[in-house]
Amino acid sequence: MSRNLGAATISGVFDGCKSADRAAFVAYLMAGDPLPSTTAALIRAAIDGGADIVELGFPYSDPLADGPSIQAAATRALRAGTTFDSVLQIARSLPVPVPLVAFSYFNPLYVRGLERCARDLHQAGFAGAVIPDLPPEEGAEAVAVFASAGLALSFLVAPTTPAKRLSLIARVSTGFIYVVSRMGVTGSVTVIDRGTKALAQRLREQTDKALAVGFGISTPQQARMVATFADGVIVGSALVDLIASSPPDQALPAVRSYCARLSAACRRGADNA
Amino acid sequence: MSDADEHGYFGQFGGRFVPEVLVQPLQELEAAMHAAFADESFWSRYGQLLRDYVGRPSPLFVADRLSSSAGGATIVLKREDCNHTGAHKINNTIGQGLLALRMRKTRMIAETGAGQHGVATATTGALLGIPVEVYIGAEDARRQSLNVYLMKLLGATVRVVESGSRTLKDATSEAFRDWAASAGSTFYCIGSVVGAHPYPSLVKRFARVIGDEARAQCQERLGRLPDHVVACVGGGSNAIGIFAAFLGDSQTKLWGVEAAGRGLDSPAENAASLLRGTIGVLHGARTMVLQDGGGQVSATRSIAAGLDYPAVGPEHAHLQASGRVTYVGVDDRQALDAFSELARQEGIVPALESAHAIAHACDLARARPRDEVILVSCSGRGDKDAARFALGEPH
Repeated sequence: MSRNLGAATISGVFDGCKSADRAAFVAYLMAGDPLPSTTAALIRAAIDGGADIVELGFPYSDPLADGPSIQAAATRALRAGTTFDSVLQIARSLPVPVPLVAFSYFNPLYVRGLERCARDLHQAGFAGAVIPDLPPEEGAEAVAVFASAGLALSFLVAPTTPAKRLSLIARVSTGFIYVVSRMGVTGSVTVIDRGTKALAQRLREQTDKALAVGFGISTPQQARMVATFADGVIVGSALVDLIASSPPDQALPAVRSYCARLSAACRRGADNA
Repeated sequence: MSDADEHGYFGQFGGRFVPEVLVQPLQELEAAMHAAFADESFWSRYGQLLRDYVGRPSPLFVADRLSSSAGGATIVLKREDCNHTGAHKINNTIGQGLLALRMRKTRMIAETGAGQHGVATATTGALLGIPVEVYIGAEDARRQSLNVYLMKLLGATVRVVESGSRTLKDATSEAFRDWAASAGSTFYCIGSVVGAHPYPSLVKRFARVIGDEARAQCQERLGRLPDHVVACVGGGSNAIGIFAAFLGDSQTKLWGVEAAGRGLDSPAENAASLLRGTIGVLHGARTMVLQDGGGQVSATRSIAAGLDYPAVGPEHAHLQASGRVTYVGVDDRQALDAFSELARQEGIVPALESAHAIAHACDLARARPRDEVILVSCSGRGDKDAARFALGEPH
C-alpha cells in the first residue's frame, strides 16, 4: 500500500504533541461563517492561538449530528453563499500550510462524487476528513478512495459503541479516531461525561492510533481533564458561538486568545495539574 | 420478494447512514423487531387492537357516483379515513407502541408533518400509557393547528421546530437528534417508510395491513383483483402498505402519486422526490432526494403538509428504478378539485394528501371502461384541512 501522506501528517502532529507532553488541540470552525471571506483569517487566528489541527466544517442543510450552535453556523454559511468549491478556495488561500481536516456530512460528498472530493480535498491542502454520518459499514468505498488520494479518514466512536465495533472502527480509521464524549449532538455541556475516559481506555486496548475527544468541550478546565487521557481535544460549538457573539472587529483577537487558553490547558505536567 | 436485504437495502437504496451514536440503538431496534415479528403473541395483541380500537378491517367502498362523474372505470376506495384518528397512520403507531413496550422504553418521540402521525402517536401513547413528545415544524404547526390541539389534548408534549425550513424534514432531524441522546429510554416512533434501516422495513410491516385487507376484500366482493392501485406518496408508507400485497400480481398496475405543488417544473415549489429528485442520502437512507447540485437539500412545497418532504422511502426509489410502480405528479389545484369532488359525489372528505391519489384515479378512470377496477388508498380524512379553510386560509 502506498504511503498515506495525509494520515502521516496528522499522525506527525499527534506524535509531536506527545513528545512535548501535551494533547493536540483541534479547533473546529465552520467554513463560510459568517462569510466565506472571513474564514481564512479565523483559521490563522486559531493557529496563532495554538491550534495544532484545524477541523473545517463544510456547511450542510441537514446536520443530524449537530446541536443548535453548529446548525445555526451552517445556516449562516449557506445563506452567505458558501459552497463546496468556496471551502476548497478558502483552504487553498491559506499562506502557510496548516494541518486541515475536512468535516463534512456524507450527502454533499456523495453527490459531488467521492473520488472527485478526495482529489479536490487533497489538492486544496486537506490532510484528512471526518464524515460524521458515515459508519464503517457504509464506508468501504470512502475508505478506499480517501486512502488512495492520500487522505486520512477518521471514524467516530460513541459511548454506546460495542467492543466488536470499537475494533472495527479502530482498524479502518486513519490519522486519528474521533471519540464522541456523550450521547447526543454537538454543543457545550457543563460536565464532560465520566464514561468518556473509560471509553478512551477501552479503545486504547485495541489500538495505538491517536484518540481525539470531542462533542461538548468548551472550557480550559474540561480540556485539561480530557488531555489527561486523550491524545487530542476537539473544541467546536464554543468556538463557533464565540465568533457569532463577537463584534466583527473583535472576532480575530477573541479566537486567538480563547485558543491560546485551550492550547495551554492541553499541556500535561505538574505545573498544569 | 421486495423486502430489504440484511443490510437494509432495497436494490441500491436504503442502508444505514447515521452518526455512530445511532448505530447501536438501530441495531437494538432491529433485533427487537425480528423477535417481535416471530412472536405470535405480539401479532395477536396487535390484531386485537386493530380490530377493537382502530376499527379494522376498514371498509372497501365502491365509489359509483365518483366513477360515473369521472366517466369510465370503477373507482374503489380503501377507507383508511374510517380508522380511529382518521388516517392510516395508527396501523403503524400501534405496532411501534407495542414494540416500545416490549423493549421496556418509557418514552416515545415522533415527528409529524400534517399532524396525523403526531396524533396517532399521541393516541397510542395514551392507550398504552407511554409519555409522548412530538416534533413538528413551526410552519406545519401553523398549518395544522387542529392537530396540534389534539396532540396536546391527548397528553402529548408538542415541540415546535424553528430550524431549517421549519417543516417535516426539520422535525425528523430534530427527532433523530433527541433519540441520539435518549435512546436508552426512548423509542423513536417514525411516521413513514423512511430513515435508516430497519425503519423502512418496520413501518412497511405495519402498513401492509392496508393492502392485505384490500386484496382479500377485492377478491371477496368483486371476485377479482384490481387493474390499478393508486396511492399518494410523501414518505410513502400508505403507498408501500397497499402496494405490498399486489407486488406479485403482475396484471395489477401500481401508481404512486407525488405532490407536484405549484408545478413539477418549478424548483422548490413541489415535493416530487421521485420525479424531480436525484440520488442522495437523507435521514439515514440512500434514496431519491430533492437537492441542489452541491447536495444541499432543497425547500419543498405542497398544499398537503403530509407530502411536504424532500425525500421518499428507499423502497419507492427501488420500485421506481425497477419499473414495478409508475410515479406521477398531481398539483395543488388538482388535489383541491378532487378534495371537493369526492365530498360532493360521495359524501367523503378526504385528506388533501389522499386527494392527490383520488385525482389521479379520476384521470385514469376517464379513459377506461367500466369493468376496469381502480383501487385507491383513501389514506385519511380531511377534517384537518377543512379546518384550515374554515379558518380562512385561501385555497
